[in-house]
Amino acid sequence: MAADLLDIKIQRGPDKYETFQVPSHASQTVLDVVSWVQQNADPTLSYRFACRVGMCGSCAMMVNGVPRWTCRTHISKVSKGNAVTIGPLRNLPVIKDLVVDMDPFFDKWIAAEGVHHGSRTRDDPIAPVDTSTPARVTANAGIECINCAVCFAACDTVTGSADYLGPAALQRAWTLLNDTKDTAAATILDAVSDRNGCHNCHAMGSCTAYCPNELDPMSAIAGLKRETAKSLLRRRR
Amino acid sequence: MKTARNIISRAHPLWNAYILHRLSGLGLALFLPVHFWVLAMAVTAPAQLDGFLHLTETPVVKLAEVGLVFLLAVHMFGGLRLMALEWLPWSPSQKTMAALATALSFFVAALFFLKAI
Ligand code: SF4
Ligand code: SF4
Ligand code: FES
Repeated sequence: MAADLLDIKIQRGPDKYETFQVPSHASQTVLDVVSWVQQNADPTLSYRFACRVGMCGSCAMMVNGVPRWTCRTHISKVSKGNAVTIGPLRNLPVIKDLVVDMDPFFDKWIAAEGVHHGSRTRDDPIAPVDTSTPARVTANAGIECINCAVCFAACDTVTGSADYLGPAALQRAWTLLNDTKDTAAATILDAVSDRNGCHNCHAMGSCTAYCPNELDPMSAIAGLKRETAKSLLRRRR
Repeated sequence: MKTARNIISRAHPLWNAYILHRLSGLGLALFLPVHFWVLAMAVTAPAQLDGFLHLTETPVVKLAEVGLVFLLAVHMFGGLRLMALEWLPWSPSQKTMAALATALSFFVAALFFLKAI
């Protein structure tokens, strides 16, 4: 039976926590609880969300030490007793309360060449895509990424070396490398093999363990490691 | 920064495998210099080496040896796991099957080895 009141501890500064008593309901999400606090207890609480259905990737927070998409995380699944601790996403600068600055995360997508390098214009016919080729299957495995930065927050390598491109950006680079419509394979390989690139990954798998969409950035990065090594051997010859 | 957002739960198998591999490597790195030093005694100070070899009969050292073999095994399988993970574009289920097959053959080989000695 669910208890009537939840003890919600929210981090509001480097060493500042506030605890709120929030009425408990069935099927209540972590985002519901944070919204309740903002609407009923403290209107100055800052947090971020948009879609509430796991599409937009803007609501990720640390929940009891685990990065999670809060709109799709039920309180009942994560509470210990009646208590839940909620903090801003790890590995990103905090703007206020639960809101982090996502710029470093997105800058790294660009740095990893995680942008489409097309060859056609709007006047050309749409390129046919054969969905059954192995390369397309590999690309498809990673395209459902919602840019939520949960993997980025989970990664100890990002914590240890601030310039490491991180799992999401590298996974995007890997999907583009396997996408027949992308024409800049060499550019991507150069970008992901520099000193902040895929070879920093220790394959500890926290990205894959916590990705809410059950994607597998760790294996995508392993793919990049293989391809960069192969292209190095090719160049040597 | 010792804030709560920097304390992350790492309780998942992939991370445990990662940390076991690193710690066993550290353990071996600490052990190997001592190991070579003792071996070198065979040339530099045979009498001392004999004295030391007597020491290896004691239960404490025997236990330490078990630990050492454990470290070696853990580190070897950790390395094999990492190579399979990074170099074989297999599906996770294929990798589980391969790991099971390796562990089984190792087990059988170890049984034969124990019978032989
Ligand atoms: S597998 Fe690589 S990218 Fe993923 S969490 Fe570990 S170090 Fe980070
Ligand atoms: S890979 Fe998963 S965890 Fe990482 S940003 Fe994309 S959806 Fe989020
Ligand atoms: S609010 Fe859009 S993913 Fe959670």
